[in-house]
Amino acid sequence: MKTLKLTDSEYLVKQGKIIRAKQMTKLEKFFEIALAGGESLDHEPGQFVMVSIPGVGEAPLSISSSPTKRGSFEIVARSVGKVTSALHKLDTGDTIGVRGPFGKGFPVQILEGNDLLVVAAGLGLVPLRSLINFVIDNRRDFGKVNILLGCKTPEDMLFGDEVESWRKRIDVNFDYTVDRCSDSDWKGNIGLITSLIPGVTIDPERTFAAVIGPPVMYKYVIIELLKKNIPERQILVSLERHMKCGIGKCGHCQIQNYYCCKDGPVFTYEQIKSKKEAL
Amino acid sequence: MTKSPPSVIIYRMQYVILKKVNFDDFITALAAQEKVVGPVARGYDNFSFQEVKSGKEISIKYIPTILPPKKYFMPQREKLIEFDKSQNKFEAVLEYDKVVIFGIHTCDLAGIQCLNMVFSDKPKDINYLVRKNKLLIIGLECNVYCDQYASCKVVDNHLPNGGYDLFFTELPDSFIVHVNTLRGDELIEKTRLFNPAEKIHLDQLEEVRKKKREIFKDEVKIGHHELSKLFDRAYDSKVWEDLDKRCVACGNCTNVCPSCYCFDILDNMNFDFNTGDRSRGWDSCQNEPFAKVATGENFRKTRGARQRHRYFRKFKYPVERYSRYFCTGCGRCTRTCMAKISLKETINALVDEQK
Repeated sequence: MKTLKLTDSEYLVKQGKIIRAKQMTKLEKFFEIALAGGESLDHEPGQFVMVSIPGVGEAPLSISSSPTKRGSFEIVARSVGKVTSALHKLDTGDTIGVRGPFGKGFPVQILEGNDLLVVAAGLGLVPLRSLINFVIDNRRDFGKVNILLGCKTPEDMLFGDEVESWRKRIDVNFDYTVDRCSDSDWKGNIGLITSLIPGVTIDPERTFAAVIGPPVMYKYVIIELLKKNIPERQILVSLERHMKCGIGKCGHCQIQNYYCCKDGPVFTYEQIKSKKEAL
Repeated sequence: MTKSPPSVIIYRMQYVILKKVNFDDFITALAAQEKVVGPVARGYDNFSFQEVKSGKEISIKYIPTILPPKKYFMPQREKLIEFDKSQNKFEAVLEYDKVVIFGIHTCDLAGIQCLNMVFSDKPKDINYLVRKNKLLIIGLECNVYCDQYASCKVVDNHLPNGGYDLFFTELPDSFIVHVNTLRGDELIEKTRLFNPAEKIHLDQLEEVRKKKREIFKDEVKIGHHELSKLFDRAYDSKVWEDLDKRCVACGNCTNVCPSCYCFDILDNMNFDFNTGDRSRGWDSCQNEPFAKVATGENFRKTRGARQRHRYFRKFKYPVERYSRYFCTGCGRCTRTCMAKISLKETINALVDEQK
């Protein structure tokens, strides 16, 4: 057996240093990561990275920061598996492995000049925060911006301060809701995310909807968006799948003839509506 | 001014002959210089590709081996990364052997062509692409059907379609060998056991192919071109409900498939708890957690859905992406299935249902 060192392997891992870490909720932890040598990640909103800890493994995680934030990027890990649990034990100064960015993100060049309706439920806010902040940082290049957020309870709300700042902006229409609430200080609505959509005023011809949430949510949100007459090709969803390689080979993320990691994770509803395993 | 002499063009013979009496010497001579593997009988009508030192160890007449030669192209377990945790060091590696593989049937040559397409599709998989060129491929023709499970005709793999360096066809007293690459030619030159083919040999080869066209008929109730259309309308078929009840989700069918390439990536820590490797190993879409995400949703929960996925990955999705069937017709999935799920029967059941 001979061994060759490969410099062009897609599995080669870059070093990332955790420069900020913060427990957000019981299950979610935030990490800001800088690549070695000041290298830029050069991602699009909606793309993901493979994060790894040697000896534990790799996991796909959405990039939460906007590409307009330079010099570092941000991720949020929910502690559910082997890698994310190990990641939760790491802190500022620790090093992780990074591959990517991978996949097709939101087509921001196409979105520019159009109106935007962002629908984020639960952890869906993590990748959509990348798009929201990108749009806010380039605010004059976009039309009307509507942001709808939903989560289980007010305590589960991620990025609370940032969300408040969006709520207060004059150039963004914002609304949020929680499934249930025992907190009398809660300023938002109570109900499912779908309940917010009918009340939004949009021009469907020039509106693109960007939707991310738990798998069970998509069907119901899409029904509401179609009722608003948003064309199928202007409804953008990002789908969650099991992923091992990130480069369209390992098969885990396959949705019929699509590889979610390579052809997605962002798809138009038009692309996936006939794919029975997609939603 | 003198004219330079015209360069000498040597027309090499495309076809050469190896006498059967010299076959053992051929393999022995090769094995003295390089690692040679070929089909070896393992008893009970089982065969496997194994290292050989002489031609006597090789079964010229064999039914598809337990595992296809895929195992040399995409090893069951393969190191991708070596790491040193204390130094935050990751290195990408390729471990390989130079191997001459003798005796690959046309179905398995097709399987390698499928893998080539997948791994050279961008982003490229360098581990696969570098390793494949360390391997020399010698094909071997099936003059008759191996057994009742094969369906190589309907997927058009019963005759050679390239993908080899050399290709052997058995004639009455000799093998006629198609020399397809310079690498193949160099190997033949080294052994000095081959002679140019004469007209009688080419006639005999034509006779073999003519007989094959008579013997090999579409093995299912549908032809080559209609097969993918069958799957356009098969998604909601009752056939998958039947397979759902029978499949035991063991993953045998995908493990033995020459065109299945799904894998898992796992970290292995050495006992120093510092160094280790990241490796890929074969995985199966038939395993229950294959498409399950960390938050618990499983996108192919039932065995029927997973069997349908396997069939669609052979007859529909690759047709859309690579313009070819990924079923090679080798019959291994049927031979190995503990629940007696048969590829030919499944296709015929879909045909009957759509009548």
